[in-house]
Amino acid sequence: MSARVRTIFFLCSAAGLVAIFIWGFLDLPPLGDYRGPYGNAVVQIAVYERHATDVVNAINYDYRAFDTLGEEFIFFASVLGVLLLFRPTGTDDKGDKHKTKLEDALPISDALRVSMQAMVGTMIVFGVYMVTHGQLTPGGGFQGGVILASAPLVVYLSGDVKTFEAIIASPLIKLAECGGAAGYAAIGTAALLFGTHFLTNIIPLGTTGDLFSSGAIAVISAVVGLEITGGFVLLMKTYLREIVEERLGESE
Amino acid sequence: MRLLEYVILLLVGAAAPAVVLSRDPKAQVVTLSFYGLLCALMFFIFQAPDVALSQITIGAVMLPLLILLALTKMRRQNLRREREGKK
Repeated sequence: MSARVRTIFFLCSAAGLVAIFIWGFLDLPPLGDYRGPYGNAVVQIAVYERHATDVVNAINYDYRAFDTLGEEFIFFASVLGVLLLFRPTGTDDKGDKHKTKLEDALPISDALRVSMQAMVGTMIVFGVYMVTHGQLTPGGGFQGGVILASAPLVVYLSGDVKTFEAIIASPLIKLAECGGAAGYAAIGTAALLFGTHFLTNIIPLGTTGDLFSSGAIAVISAVVGLEITGGFVLLMKTYLREIVEERLGESE
Repeated sequence: MRLLEYVILLLVGAAAPAVVLSRDPKAQVVTLSFYGLLCALMFFIFQAPDVALSQITIGAVMLPLLILLALTKMRRQNLRREREGKK
């Protein structure tokens, strides 16, 4: 296909897309006009029913907790897939030395080192806050988990490679990934033992606005945080190992 | 408040072509990250702080990071292949 034909083809399809787009836009409800009765109902009753002030998480981890369980396992399966694709084969290198050996000193400026070191503590505190306060304020296990998972990376950027290696080599990371995924399913199954439906909120709801309130929502938010933290750290570890091995093969 | 909404919509609309039009993958990662931040700001202005937080963590931090790592890996593979071809 020549460049000319391709341009004509693009212009025709772009014109079609614009036409359909404008046609679709003409019938849109005005900004702020919400037409879903279910949403209005949930906003009205969520705080009363579940004692959770963040209605978004009351929906995510309670009203539609089963969908979120599916999403958690999508994430779990994708992390497993990456780990499986990039597993150390140990055939091309001499011996089975597959230790991730990063450089001991990164060529970074003092400004970056100091600002990154100052950031680590704040990030961890903020991440833990986000994971534990999912039922009260915006955020929750997923967002907090990603923040917690980027903390080791900031340690790496601050030039402290040894600490970074110690963190990513820790068996706790895998435990967090698997325990988080299993914990979610366990909370759901526990409800069955009490004779109710899967993932019913059976934990006492507590006082609205307290840290320990909203029953299963807070607990699920915490286990999701664990799983996401473990999963993303595992992803980073796998990618970094790949790159370092390539570099080692290059220098030989 | 309405003005802020229009401004952020315009900014997001302007940033999206910038991502598509930057041809160098490394530059594209930076524009993509910036676009992710703008999207997060848009969600926040339209009163969806939960979505904004997810967008910041995924769109502006994790996605560019994973793309960068994958790019590094690909570049090294190409370098090695080239060298093997020369030998």
